[in-house]
Amino acid sequence: MKSSAAGGATGVEVALPHPSPTRAGRLTRVLDSERALAFMLLGPAVILLGVFIAYPFVMGIWLALSSTSVGNVGEYVGLRNFVKAWNDSIFQTAFRNTFVYTFWATIFKLALGMWLALLLNRHFRLKRIVRASMLLPFIIPTVLSTFAWRWMFDPTFSVLNWTLYQMGLIVTKLPFLSDGTYAMWCAIAINTWRGMPFFAITLLAGLQTISPELHEAAALDGANAWRRFRHVTWPLLKPVTLVVVVFSVIQTFSDFQLIYVLTGGGPANSTHLLATYAYQLGVASGLLGEGAAISLFMFPVLLLVVWLQLRYLRRMEGA
Amino acid sequence: MATDGMNRRQFIRVSGAAAAVTATGIEGIIAARQAPAYAQGTKLHIVRWVDFIPEADVELKRQAPEASKALGAEVTFEFINANDVQPRITAAIQSGAGADLFFMMYNWPQLYQSSLVDVSDVAGAVAKEQGGFYGVFEPSFRVGGKWLGMPHSIVGNAVAYRKSWFKEVGFEQFPDTWDGVRKAAAALKKKGRPWGQTLGHTFGDAPTWAYPLLWSFGGAETDKTGKKVALNSKGTVESIKWMQAFWKDGCDEGGLAWDDTNNNRAFHAGEISASLNGASIYIVAKRKKDQIKDDKGEPMFQDIDHALYPFKGGPGQYPLYFSNGHAVMKYSKNQKLAKDFLRWLHKKENFEKWFQVNEGYSVAAAKSWEKHGMWAKVDKPLKMFQTAARNTRIFGYAGPSTGKATEAFSKYIIVDMYAKAVQGMKAEDAVKWAAGELKKIYEG
Repeated sequence: MKSSAAGGATGVEVALPHPSPTRAGRLTRVLDSERALAFMLLGPAVILLGVFIAYPFVMGIWLALSSTSVGNVGEYVGLRNFVKAWNDSIFQTAFRNTFVYTFWATIFKLALGMWLALLLNRHFRLKRIVRASMLLPFIIPTVLSTFAWRWMFDPTFSVLNWTLYQMGLIVTKLPFLSDGTYAMWCAIAINTWRGMPFFAITLLAGLQTISPELHEAAALDGANAWRRFRHVTWPLLKPVTLVVVVFSVIQTFSDFQLIYVLTGGGPANSTHLLATYAYQLGVASGLLGEGAAISLFMFPVLLLVVWLQLRYLRRMEGA
Repeated sequence: MATDGMNRRQFIRVSGAAAAVTATGIEGIIAARQAPAYAQGTKLHIVRWVDFIPEADVELKRQAPEASKALGAEVTFEFINANDVQPRITAAIQSGAGADLFFMMYNWPQLYQSSLVDVSDVAGAVAKEQGGFYGVFEPSFRVGGKWLGMPHSIVGNAVAYRKSWFKEVGFEQFPDTWDGVRKAAAALKKKGRPWGQTLGHTFGDAPTWAYPLLWSFGGAETDKTGKKVALNSKGTVESIKWMQAFWKDGCDEGGLAWDDTNNNRAFHAGEISASLNGASIYIVAKRKKDQIKDDKGEPMFQDIDHALYPFKGGPGQYPLYFSNGHAVMKYSKNQKLAKDFLRWLHKKENFEKWFQVNEGYSVAAAKSWEKHGMWAKVDKPLKMFQTAARNTRIFGYAGPSTGKATEAFSKYIIVDMYAKAVQGMKAEDAVKWAAGELKKIYEG
């Protein structure tokens, strides 16, 4: 190939190195193509999502619509598993329990997490150590911490019962895990203890983005602490709070480990959640189709929660 | 001609040994005086529960190298929490990969029947040699005429009780009737020494209490066909009424939240006077006699005795024990090796060592072991386990013990029927609830 060199004398031809289609050149061309680059960059993520999220989800739907049991492929049965579950009194208990557990645990985590975040947002000595140690319940594996709580609520050797008895506050043992109502509130308390640091630390991060000048201005206008919280802090913290609440609802609604270790769903199914009951049916009884159907009952509820949250956030962004 | 370090003579000897093993199993191995020719590096993986008698697992671990040597393959045991065995089996079957042999309890071979290898040849030979298996294994481990699980042992249970405490409330002998037990428990609870019984969601002590209670009052889950629920009967209602009174008058009400270990701990801590359990309460108290002592500072095991459960006074006495065994998985590439291992494990001289370590906590699946010399040497409280396995039933009664019976079992419907009743539900309503749930399983 020959070309005129820019600025070169007219009529003089300069020989330039002949560009050969090397591997590096091909790679450059591929990288220059936005389409190809997008495929390369998104490819691994799509594969991961496909293998670890889409495939199990589709598989779950297939299982729920089939009569699959352990070792047997099963056949399509339509909505039979869902209908059977809906008419099952243990499922109904587990369904109700899941809502009660999620609702109260989220309320407590939000209230206590907010309170803790406001406290930690102040300046005090050893602030960093306190903030770091607060994360401990969140860091310890759930199974481990639940075992510790199980010991504390043990029907025979409960240290809490012993302490209350020694202090003269009770005369007989409190049935922490042996009474259905007590057991559910114990589970809610442990979930709150475990999840509260997540709320606190996220809300604390949100609080730190609020300019102190806004508070100073509000204070100068005569706003007391409550009004400053209500009219300055809360509106600015609302988007973060919403995100945290949605994450928490999703995690709490599908909780398994805590109940499995603490009560196994007992006494008399009074603490079964959808996840623990699905596991009991799918794994212990080998009824994989029925177990999958029960766990899929969680899906529309969680979808609704996420949809409402996204809608709200979009509206706020538009405002 | 020698190839890869093996000459013609060696080749003939090894292939001859392999042929002998193929033809005659473990006898062939012994006759050939040489391990069978499994491919180098072949491993046999066995998953079992963690035994309530730790020494039993120690003995199996000790035997593993001996088995490896005899079989020419590396035999490894893995011991996991009993509650985790079923999840492991399910995961292994669904993924088609995992241990070659799994520990089986109750009627699990019925549940996993499509994934298990027929071991009738091994079971038949062992049964013939060792006096036949106890009746409970036929409905639980045999499916369609084939042994899909190899019966191994039975964990019997009985009421472990404090002799001196029962005497203190006027019972020189253990009261062996339903009525007598309720009266004794009531008297003991008044003295702050209640009976400890779980009605929680746990695989052992709760169902082994609840099912025999139902059966021994004449109740049954289904009729003989297994297709019609027969729970709502006079016998079932009577059994619940007895349980309600017994619970209120005589039991530690924390039992609703107990698992299979709580009663052991409570008993050893002197918190309860009696509990239905395997022999482990006694055996552990004896083996840890320096640590587990009674209120007078004496070793507690001296004050422990066992009584048969279920009690007298109803139409019969039918216990539910753990019927344990092993199953070879269909996905295993070592099915023949696994069967050879079972033959090795059940050889009298090998099984005997494990059997003796148990001191009656686990008895053999085959009847001839009732005559073993060990029974003459064990302590008096353990002697009752010698013949305890004879009357054992399996859930699903009066019908066959199918996967549906396992579903009812794993949903804890019978256990929860009693648990609901002791928490205040009327006996008739508790039966109605349980019958309704059973109908969805058996008749749905």
